[in-house]
Amino acid sequence: MISFSQVYKRYPGGHEALKNLSFTIEAGEMAFITGPTGAGKSTLLKLVAAIEKPSSGSVVVSGQNVGKLRRSAVPFLRRNFGLVFQDHKLLYDRNVLENVILPLDIAGLPRAESMKRARAALDKVKLLGLEKASPISLSGGEQQRLCVARAIVNRPAIVLADEPTGNLDAEYAGEIMEMFQSFNQVGVTLLIATHDESLITRYSSRVLHLKQGELL
Amino acid sequence: MNWLSQHRLALGLILDRFVRAPFSSLLAMIVFGVTLSLPLGLYTLIENVKAVADNVSLEPQITVFMSIGADADSTRQVESRLKGRNTIMQFHFIPRDRALQELLQSTGLVDVAAGLERNPLPDAFVIEPKNINPGELEKLRKDLTKLPKVDKVLLDTAWAERLNAMVRLGRDVTLILATLLGFALVVITSNTIRLQILSQREEIEVSTLIGATDAFIRRPFLYHGALQGLGGGIAAWLIVSLGLQLLNVGIADLAKLYTAQFRLLPLGSVDILSLLLFSSLLGWLGAFLAVGRHLRRIEPRA
Repeated sequence: MISFSQVYKRYPGGHEALKNLSFTIEAGEMAFITGPTGAGKSTLLKLVAAIEKPSSGSVVVSGQNVGKLRRSAVPFLRRNFGLVFQDHKLLYDRNVLENVILPLDIAGLPRAESMKRARAALDKVKLLGLEKASPISLSGGEQQRLCVARAIVNRPAIVLADEPTGNLDAEYAGEIMEMFQSFNQVGVTLLIATHDESLITRYSSRVLHLKQGELL
Repeated sequence: MNWLSQHRLALGLILDRFVRAPFSSLLAMIVFGVTLSLPLGLYTLIENVKAVADNVSLEPQITVFMSIGADADSTRQVESRLKGRNTIMQFHFIPRDRALQELLQSTGLVDVAAGLERNPLPDAFVIEPKNINPGELEKLRKDLTKLPKVDKVLLDTAWAERLNAMVRLGRDVTLILATLLGFALVVITSNTIRLQILSQREEIEVSTLIGATDAFIRRPFLYHGALQGLGGGIAAWLIVSLGLQLLNVGIADLAKLYTAQFRLLPLGSVDILSLLLFSSLLGWLGAFLAVGRHLRRIEPRA
């Protein structure tokens, strides 16, 4: 599903974020990427989502060479992903429901269908009943759950999460992880970047350890 | 992909933004409208003058003035020569006595006549030519000058022609003004949209990350520009209509003094339609430029 081969990423200025990375993640797998801050976890996820391009080597997602995609093809690649961010990236001038509907609007779904799916996604993250609320009025844990709802509403094949539990206490973090596990059980491929080792030890998933841009 | 629903979505988003910030949206439209009302008002005035000029120049007249000392014989001689010309449709003779009486009556200067030693007006023929082509008229005028005892031949299309030339000049000025202000409006709209893009930065970033195409992100801004232009066009129309109403009050008073009836006519529906189309286009163009320049700079920083 996701395959890196001999991937290097140098940023302008010479900083080498990733060095000679090669690995493959199978469809339906759930994998963690760990390592200290600055090890290249975020860069790795950015390469998958075509937010950055590799300096050399190839990143292949669902058979497409992501680094070589035309600009106009990138949006359609991204619709295969659900993205979860540490800082949520919610839109605070829209209510909860409108935030979740955004990916469906972008994909061009009919309104009635969008509403149904958005409610279902909110139900999954236990935010049903808060549709009209503003995201700003939600707690940190609720905001992260809203971000997860937005990521899965378009039924993506792959969920990429960058420090999804970074700002949450253990209880909320556990909730989010349980949700991820339940998505994985229905066949979603998950790639989760986290520096929280304690979280990982609880799950028997594959772990990619990064240190200074190299796979250990 | 249902493109109609995508357009409805973008339009709904923009209308929602207008409703949320009615004051600034309205202000932008008024600025647009005031700027546009200047060439539009000028155009309306010129169209009105042109309507008058068109009516007048339809029936050009040539007036042949005999010299003061011409006797009845030479007048009859000229009359018979005029009858013989096939370039003249019809003519009538105005004897000098009648001319004086008409002048005195129409101006209310009857008392002045007592002070006149003799009639200062000449005999005159008023001619309606067959061919109203300007070149032919001028040729006829020159021919008539050569008749004996003729003092002066006036082609009264001359002033109508001058009026026409002035209308043409006025149109050129309006066109130049409209072009310049149109350019200014594109720049103004472009700037409004630029600010809108910057304030919408997060939304653009997130949408891009979620898989929005460039077209999806552009669409609401293009609608914003076009709608602002449309609103500006409507504002300009209202401003000019109101201006005409005010001017017409004064014009009616003035016309009454000349016992004439005249009023400025409002813009026709074709003109209004082209105005709204043109102003929407200007707004759209401004948005298009802003979007092209600024959207590429907003790349996601996830």
